[in-house]
Amino acid sequence: MAAIYSLYIINKSGGLIFYKDYGSAGRMDTNDSLRVASLWHSMHAISQQLSPVAGCSGIELLEADTFDLHCFQSLTGTKFFVVCEPGTQHMEGLLKAMYELYTDYVLKNPFYEMEMPIRKSG
Amino acid sequence: MAPVIPRSGDAIFASVERVNAELFTLTYGAIVRQLLTDLEEVEEVNKQLDQMGYNIGIRLVDEFLAKSNVSRCIDFKETAEVIAKVGFKMFLGVTASVSNWDADGTCCSIILEDNPLVDFVELPDTCQGLYYCNVLSGVIRGALEMVSMKTEVTWVRDMLRGDDAFELQVKLLKQVPEEYPYKDDE
Repeated sequence: MAAIYSLYIINKSGGLIFYKDYGSAGRMDTNDSLRVASLWHSMHAISQQLSPVAGCSGIELLEADTFDLHCFQSLTGTKFFVVCEPGTQHMEGLLKAMYELYTDYVLKNPFYEMEMPIRKSG
Repeated sequence: MAPVIPRSGDAIFASVERVNAELFTLTYGAIVRQLLTDLEEVEEVNKQLDQMGYNIGIRLVDEFLAKSNVSRCIDFKETAEVIAKVGFKMFLGVTASVSNWDADGTCCSIILEDNPLVDFVELPDTCQGLYYCNVLSGVIRGALEMVSMKTEVTWVRDMLRGDDAFELQVKLLKQVPEEYPYKDDE
């Protein structure tokens, strides 16, 4: 059964603002998750420069032996990415849905400071 | 990945949660009234409304992009069209039109025939310098700044001052794409 291991949201400067793991396969301690986030941010930016095609918007899918990483970058620079089992379907739809939820619940919260980590309550 | 078709302003307007138009108009009116009482200077109120609009715009743009599925605009002309047709429709329920393009394509006017913010409003003589809808200019400026465009947005025509329509002049100052700073250590 296809499963999601973890979910990350990073702001436009590469800082991790949201991280959630599902199950022990994706679990990381705080420092590691911050490192993964900034590493991914850099790789994503470098890939745009490396691309032979002009106007590349960065890595959308990374396929490895034991996991897939799907990434969605909004036009404002916020990146949403999910680490999941290889072959998991509909991740792009999931990322788009997450973007909508982010705009409806995070950005509309008047106490949320832009670019800061998202506090989840409850 | 299947290409996502951008949604029309009407379709999104119908699908989002809406508030009563009068509630919206009266709430905005109360805000402006309170700012006038607190700040007293009309210029200060104009600046504050612009700042409030800016703070709204920087958050609003993500909602706009998420719900409308527009792809990156090719040039500023397309950007202005998208703001007028999809943006205004989606958030205010009115369609605006774009005109008065200058030779470089960096400056245009967005014209609103209908503006829900100004229903029931009349400006008294004591507030003649007030740009009542200045929040809208801040919203556009804030939203565009989050997608790497520095702009200057000013009011050209204002129905509350006796003109026949609301006209906003949007001028693109600079495109500032996010660059990965690897050249910093050289």
